[in-house]
Amino acid sequence: MRIQFILSEIGIGLRRNLSIAISVMLVTMVSVYLMGIGFLAQGQVDTLKGYWYDRIQVSIFMCGKDSLDVNCDGKAVTDEQRDALRSQLDEMKPLVKNVYYESEQQAFDRFKEQYRNSPLSDYLQVGDIPQNFRVQLSDPKKYEVVVSAFEGAPGVGRVQDQQKTLDKLFKVMNVVTIGSLFLAGLMVLCSILLMATTIRQAAFSRRRETGIMKLVGASNFTIRLPFVMETVLAALTGTGLAIAGLWVTADSLLPRVSAVLQDAPLVGAHDIWFVAPWLVGFMLVVSVLTSWATLRRYLRV
Amino acid sequence: MIRFENVSKVYPRSTRPALSDINLEVERGEFVFVVGASGSGKSTLLRLVLKEEGVTQGTVLVAGQDVGSLPARKVPRLRREIGTVFQDFRLLPNKTVYQNVAFALQVLGRSGHAIRQVVPETLEMVGLEGKEKRLPHELSGGEQQRVAIARAFVNKPPILLCDEPTGNLDPTTSLDIVRLLDRINRTGTTIVMATHDDDIVDQLRKRVVELRNGHIIRDENKGVYGSGR
Repeated sequence: MRIQFILSEIGIGLRRNLSIAISVMLVTMVSVYLMGIGFLAQGQVDTLKGYWYDRIQVSIFMCGKDSLDVNCDGKAVTDEQRDALRSQLDEMKPLVKNVYYESEQQAFDRFKEQYRNSPLSDYLQVGDIPQNFRVQLSDPKKYEVVVSAFEGAPGVGRVQDQQKTLDKLFKVMNVVTIGSLFLAGLMVLCSILLMATTIRQAAFSRRRETGIMKLVGASNFTIRLPFVMETVLAALTGTGLAIAGLWVTADSLLPRVSAVLQDAPLVGAHDIWFVAPWLVGFMLVVSVLTSWATLRRYLRV
Repeated sequence: MIRFENVSKVYPRSTRPALSDINLEVERGEFVFVVGASGSGKSTLLRLVLKEEGVTQGTVLVAGQDVGSLPARKVPRLRREIGTVFQDFRLLPNKTVYQNVAFALQVLGRSGHAIRQVVPETLEMVGLEGKEKRLPHELSGGEQQRVAIARAFVNKPPILLCDEPTGNLDPTTSLDIVRLLDRINRTGTTIVMATHDDDIVDQLRKRVVELRNGHIIRDENKGVYGSGR
């Protein structure tokens, strides 16, 4: 088979069916984009989990002068109470890996640093955030043990577990993942049906050519190759555009999200290099299989 | 070259067989007219040779191969041994004369060099030199059939099947076309031509096989159109 001849046949085929080739391309683009978003969202969840599970902490806020927590009863924590909490935490090793003490001044400074762009930090005063123990756990999943041990203890205002906050975030991300993969699945189904219809139509509109090819003894491969190549070409162009779209999304939209999530690591444009080969491979397999199966049915020898 | 042994063909949903118990042998280099009324089984006979249809019973041998047991992937190779010409020419309307003939070689993967050599030769042989760049609709019926013959013959197949090639042509043109086929026959190509055209059969005096209702009722050398008239 001469490459030049095959290419010219593909060119003629695409020109004749340009509008439908474009629709295959666009449907593929949307399905691959959604699939990519799904994978990126899942990748984001994994990245964040890895990041946060190393840092996850249970914060034990002690009572301050003006604490509103019921347990404080308006009194600040005493030194004895604080020492008792510290030794109780020490006894809980090895579950408790590290304990950091943060004074009111340190808490104030950290908040100022983290929210330096937020107008909120201007109104904050030393003492608004009470002194606290930040407890790092060897197994973050067993936070309940620490929470139940210190909730309601004398001098403790509130025990805050960061895992709960994170779980909410992860839940949202999981919904994004499942939702986009579900939509992507529907769109892939759409593109498969569209490819099949396209090939049926192309096979019909070119039945004169294929009839002559059969008569002069062209192999099945030669007869079918242009149809398959046209479909693959349209599908891969769509995939290429979708990957470009994912790139733009990761490169320009995600950094805005990262302002909200502070310094947590985000999936970025570089992650697309890991997703892209799978998307291209998937679409290649789908388009080849679909077109081959359709041709077996509609382009018999 | 072509042998039918007790061949029957029944189309599904048909009450009577299109061909029943046909025995026929066509030697290499022969020119055979297959005559008979419409529906007598002429086209079915040709379709069985091409394996466009499978036999219901019996054996069809083409160039030593049992066509009935030929697997689908080997059918293209069989068809490269057979050129085919039809009543309705079947040219590609948006390709020129040259491109129509070259197409048959391109799809078989022949090199550009070989195509540039063989196509003009073949066009000259069928008498179309100087008309390479015409489109089919710019040609007369006879010229279009010449293009179709050139396309069927450009690959130099040992067998040429013609299914009423003169059916759409006037008598003079028809005779020209059959003379062309006769010339191709003299290069050693076996020709089987199904036809209605009594004038031509009577003039050429070749072997005549007559079919009626799927049976061979006559097979004679140097025959005339005869009873079907």
